[in-house]
Amino acid sequence: MNKRLLWVVMASLAVVACGKKEEPAAVAPVPAAVVNAEEKVLNVYNWPDYIAQDMIANFEKETGIKVNYQTFENNEALQAKLVAGNSGYDIVVPGSTFVKAQVEAGLLKKLDKSQIPNYKNLDPDLMSKLVGVDPNNEHVLPWAWSFTTVGINKAKVAKALGSTPMPENAWDLVFNPTYTSKLKSCGIAYLDSPTEVLPPALHYIGKNAYSDDAADHKAAGEMLAKVRKDIRLFSSTMIDDLAGGKACVALGWAGDINIAMTRSKENNSGHELEALLPKTGGLIFFDTLAVPADAKHPNNAMIFINYFLKPEVSAALTNELSYPTANKASLANVNADMAQNKTVFPDQATLAAMVPPAALGNAARESMTAVYTSFKKGK
Amino acid sequence: MKPFLNQWLQQRGRSLVLGIPWFWLLLFFAVPFLILLRISVTDMGEGLDPFAPLVQTNDGEVTLHLKFSNYVSLLLDADAGWGQTLYVESYVLSVKYAFWTTVLCLFFGYPFAYFLARSAPHLRPLLLLLVMLPFWTSFLLRVYAWKGLLADQGVINNILMSLGLTQEPIQMLYTDVSMLVGMTYVYLPFMVLPLYANLVKMDNRLLEASQDLGATPWQTFWLITVPLSRSGIVAGSILVFIPCLGEFVIPSLLGGAENLMIGRVVWDEMFSSNNWPRASALSVFMIVGVVLPLAWYNQYVARKVEQERLG
Repeated sequence: MNKRLLWVVMASLAVVACGKKEEPAAVAPVPAAVVNAEEKVLNVYNWPDYIAQDMIANFEKETGIKVNYQTFENNEALQAKLVAGNSGYDIVVPGSTFVKAQVEAGLLKKLDKSQIPNYKNLDPDLMSKLVGVDPNNEHVLPWAWSFTTVGINKAKVAKALGSTPMPENAWDLVFNPTYTSKLKSCGIAYLDSPTEVLPPALHYIGKNAYSDDAADHKAAGEMLAKVRKDIRLFSSTMIDDLAGGKACVALGWAGDINIAMTRSKENNSGHELEALLPKTGGLIFFDTLAVPADAKHPNNAMIFINYFLKPEVSAALTNELSYPTANKASLANVNADMAQNKTVFPDQATLAAMVPPAALGNAARESMTAVYTSFKKGK
Repeated sequence: MKPFLNQWLQQRGRSLVLGIPWFWLLLFFAVPFLILLRISVTDMGEGLDPFAPLVQTNDGEVTLHLKFSNYVSLLLDADAGWGQTLYVESYVLSVKYAFWTTVLCLFFGYPFAYFLARSAPHLRPLLLLLVMLPFWTSFLLRVYAWKGLLADQGVINNILMSLGLTQEPIQMLYTDVSMLVGMTYVYLPFMVLPLYANLVKMDNRLLEASQDLGATPWQTFWLITVPLSRSGIVAGSILVFIPCLGEFVIPSLLGGAENLMIGRVVWDEMFSSNNWPRASALSVFMIVGVVLPLAWYNQYVARKVEQERLG
């Protein structure tokens, strides 16, 4: 009897051990196995909620290339995979502040523009904004772009502020204790990453948003500490948190805030959301299509990029997700209400006031992380 | 041929059998630990290189760079002083959570294991299966399910509000409560199984003897059952405490920003700061912090057993 029980317990423990082992896999699934360059497979690694619904299906139908599509939640996680190598991905979508270091470290392949005839559709003005992180536009091109800003749930914010009028500078809503102390009742959400929170904070206190100076980071940390107690969420699911009413004010991406607006309309949840245009400017970011240096299917990747640059394909992304692309030729296919929305396509004056993307060095990232971690923990 | 093999097995069998766990330990503990140790004394790398080389050759001159400041910076904050760092704070917090999780698992797990061990023998495999059943679902899904239960608009709050017990939702998610509930739930089987294995072997005659000598059931439980199941309690507690200490997934799903555990700090050092040397130093620190007390305890138990045998 005892022997049999021993077996049951051992088998149980074996199952326990297996169950545990699967955890990391569930968090960060490994892409499909090794395949040769000729195989009709493409492994794509993109942000969540960041692709038109039927783009993959249409691409597969047109090209016969099978797409394995997976998502990541922050630039840090993507970069770690690229640095470790053999990620198995053929298309990745790094944010513009991370591109420079990745290009310099040789993690990204040069684009073969001869295989991308639709490259001509790209807006030269927007491409020129990327030269700072990718000289000569050799390695990346925009998937979509938007800007970091403040989003609000209009009715809830008006109620929480009471007699206090809306501030002239929208950043005050998330960084000024006068406003945050009132808004905490309906919930303030921040993006959850040092490289997303520190740049706007630095910009708010009048420093260079992408400052390398640890003293600047410290000053931003002191400003942030004053509003820490008023912040409810550090969110990597901003769209749901806004659309679901968990937060009434967000330090987030204009594109996500617009998606949340569409989603709460669809749900009839009655939350009327708006992305604001801060007077001192939002922080522009690009999420860029890039091919890892060790990609196994670089040619398929070029076919994918070229497919994406078709006017109607790029336009579908904008129409569905309210994120603009850099595809100038797609503008004709963009819905009128989207094209006229200033938080999707800011006018020239607004755009000029915004902070363009810049690279962050290793030392800056380390010091920002230290400041951010202490801030987030509330110490 | 066969006698030769038998002879060889007789001579070498013992070391062969012992060699397998040793090889396992060497390959999956000692070697990775040495790699960690090596990275922990290097400098941060240039560009995206995660760490600088340990040995540099320059014009035939070989230099060995050892940097111990990674360890110092874990304990010393330049402004606040010794022990005032985020690392120490979150480590203490992790120990606290791991401790309370262990206590809760013991509190719920012991009666459970006791009931299992006392149930009819033909029912035991079924009951054990029920303990194991949750492992057939993804761990992530099970933790996510708790989110749905504990959220402000979640099942529990909705029930409480519809019963009129509370007007506003009670915040349970992203607090100490949700962390402890999640960790206790996930680790409970790790406590139940070793306890069960221990309790089921217990000699019932001892309990009968205790009863015959006039002890109440309660006295029997505390004076006979609990002391005899000590090794099960210790094994279960170790199985729960150690993984809890470095837990990463549960706090990131159920914990709030204040519940910063050491696992998350290692992640931040690794991925956000890109500072592999410090992340490695932190890991070495944690491993040593767990292995040394365990080694001491093992020695203590071995000595005690020896004493009992002689005494």
